[in-house]
Amino acid sequence: MYAQMVQSTGKGVKSSEDMTPEERAFQARIDAGEKIEPKDWMPPAYRKNLIRQIGQHAHSEIVGQLPEGNWITRAPTLERKAILLAKVQDEAGHGLYLYCAAETLGVSRDDLTEMLLDGRMKYSSIFNYPTLNWSDIGAVGWLVDGAAIINQVPLQRTSFGPYARAMVRVCKEESFHARQGFDAIRKMADGTPAQKRMAQDSLNRLWFPALMMFGPPDKDSPHSAQSMAWKIKMNTNDELRQKFVDQTVPQIEFLGLDLPDSGIQWNEEHGHYDYTDPDWSEFFDVLKGNGPCNVDRLAARNKAWDDGKWVRDGLMAHAKKKAAAKVAAE
Amino acid sequence: MKNEWPLWEVFIRGQHGMSHRHVGSLHAPDAEMAIKNGRDVYTRRNEGLSIWVVESNHIAASSPSDKGPLYEPSESKVYRHPTFFDIPDEVGAM
Amino acid sequence: MSTPLKRDEAFLQFLLRMGDNTLILGHRVSEWCGHAPVLEEDIALANTALDLIGQTQFWLGLAGEVQGEGKSADDIAFLRDVWDFRNLLLVEVPNGDFGHTLMRQFLFDAWHSIQLGRLLKSSDARVAAIAEKTAKEVAYHLERSADTVVGLGDGSEESRRRMQEALDYLWPYVGEMFQSDDVDAAMVAAGIAPDPASLRDEYDALISRVLAGATLTIPDSRFGHKGGRTGKMHTEHLGHLLTQMQWLQRAYPGANW
Ligand SMILES: [Fe+2]
Ligand SMILES: [Fe+2]
Ligand SMILES: [Fe+2]
Repeated sequence: MYAQMVQSTGKGVKSSEDMTPEERAFQARIDAGEKIEPKDWMPPAYRKNLIRQIGQHAHSEIVGQLPEGNWITRAPTLERKAILLAKVQDEAGHGLYLYCAAETLGVSRDDLTEMLLDGRMKYSSIFNYPTLNWSDIGAVGWLVDGAAIINQVPLQRTSFGPYARAMVRVCKEESFHARQGFDAIRKMADGTPAQKRMAQDSLNRLWFPALMMFGPPDKDSPHSAQSMAWKIKMNTNDELRQKFVDQTVPQIEFLGLDLPDSGIQWNEEHGHYDYTDPDWSEFFDVLKGNGPCNVDRLAARNKAWDDGKWVRDGLMAHAKKKAAAKVAAE
Repeated sequence: MKNEWPLWEVFIRGQHGMSHRHVGSLHAPDAEMAIKNGRDVYTRRNEGLSIWVVESNHIAASSPSDKGPLYEPSESKVYRHPTFFDIPDEVGAM
Repeated sequence: MSTPLKRDEAFLQFLLRMGDNTLILGHRVSEWCGHAPVLEEDIALANTALDLIGQTQFWLGLAGEVQGEGKSADDIAFLRDVWDFRNLLLVEVPNGDFGHTLMRQFLFDAWHSIQLGRLLKSSDARVAAIAEKTAKEVAYHLERSADTVVGLGDGSEESRRRMQEALDYLWPYVGEMFQSDDVDAAMVAAGIAPDPASLRDEYDALISRVLAGATLTIPDSRFGHKGGRTGKMHTEHLGHLLTQMQWLQRAYPGANW
């Protein structure tokens, strides 16, 4: 999902006998549904994995501002502009909450940021796709935030307290995101022939990238087991992907749009929709940096960071002067 | 040179006479900016509230315990509420 | 001199001046979303832009009402060309660096807050009501932009230099806020709005105090560009802003969004 390919540092799940007493007590707390808090003892690998996962998640929120931000100055009405701006602003907030959660593990936000900017850390593949027409704004809210919600709702129960609490706040806001997206694309699907064409185009373009958000198929995700034992991953990739397809297909039909995949078909026996797998070679290409927008996205974030340095430093210099003056006066 | 803005913990008292509650953290160069950032990040400008900020490294803690986040969407920005958007029942969960 | 303006025509012009200021500045500030120096500033700038867009809906909504041709705030925002816009030149200049943006914001907020304070006493209840709703938002904008101008002015050597450059660049756009014409005369006569020139002393006192705290020097020249609020001569920048802002409405007329 937003943390699609977090390489677990664990070497598979240890059996209870192989664990140290500390590890065993730690796992028992997690199994009992207790929350782990920053000052509690935790296995170094748990800490490391969480930093990677929460960091990737935070980066995804921040880079995720860009494709939608691309349309803020072109929103077609004042109300749509306000809604979109409020939505993209929320994503900045999500990034902020998540960085704060990661910081409780002993890493600084600036360090995480620098790791994003020089490519040492990743963000979700979905944000390397472009937004090309106004309907994409609807489709992103509906499909991308919709997929994010499916992943993030269970994460409210994740074992690490600060992460779980950040996800509670995030999930409340995500519901607004998905609904505004659906509302926007619905207007397009019900609109003029040109609008309807835009809506279909967005759905066709964003459908498979949205499916990729859940990460590679379970058979190719060797690192999931430890994360699931630690409850920092709550469901498998394929489970969540199926849930997304099952939820979304009737919505596509409601909109009166054509299905974006001729393989979508109700499977009576399984009680689920069958669907065509995305092209996983494309997914791995995007992760490697070869998506349509990887270079532009990272360049935009680097520019904001570099151009902003004098501002961050200037305000800090002022704060130090003020503090020194205060001490001198005392 | 590392020159990161310090981390602050933000506590907010809403209109209902409850005590200040921890709502989250943020970065700011000093206490005044931390209060302003707290207002922008965690309240979206509700009137009649009070914000406390404490630099995180000044907090002494036994073991962290944190009540759920206070969530107060702005009153004037109705579109922030999911219910602003009329989604037909047939569409299902969203 | 042509015949005196009819009261409603002058009132409409006044409302466009208010609404176009917030529309164009809100648009400019929204350009920062996702690109600000730090997350907290990104979120704060978006709040400012959101307030300004909301204020635009009030002012241009009322403008449509007064005009009486059944136009919505959106019609007015998205379907006029450059010569029909009545915003100050100050708000249409490009964002520049963060220092330019914050200096522009401060110079505007200072005027805006004084103006809204006067409009609270407008003889037109609708104007007074909008002022009431928006004055608190703008008071906060001013607090924030003033603090940031002080922080950056009295910050590092580089931030001080950049803020002085921003002030020098923007200063010639300040004078336009205080120029009066027959629209203003009609508004004063009707008790709807103050004479712009009457705000200058309070404005000068306010910005002098803040800019002194910022260790910045106000340029000597009182020269002021003009032409925005009358529509006689905008900058070249406004046309480019409108081509983005109005693109969908222009390319797909009559659609519902
Ligand atoms: Fe988000
Ligand atoms: Fe998101
Ligand atoms: Fe979202």
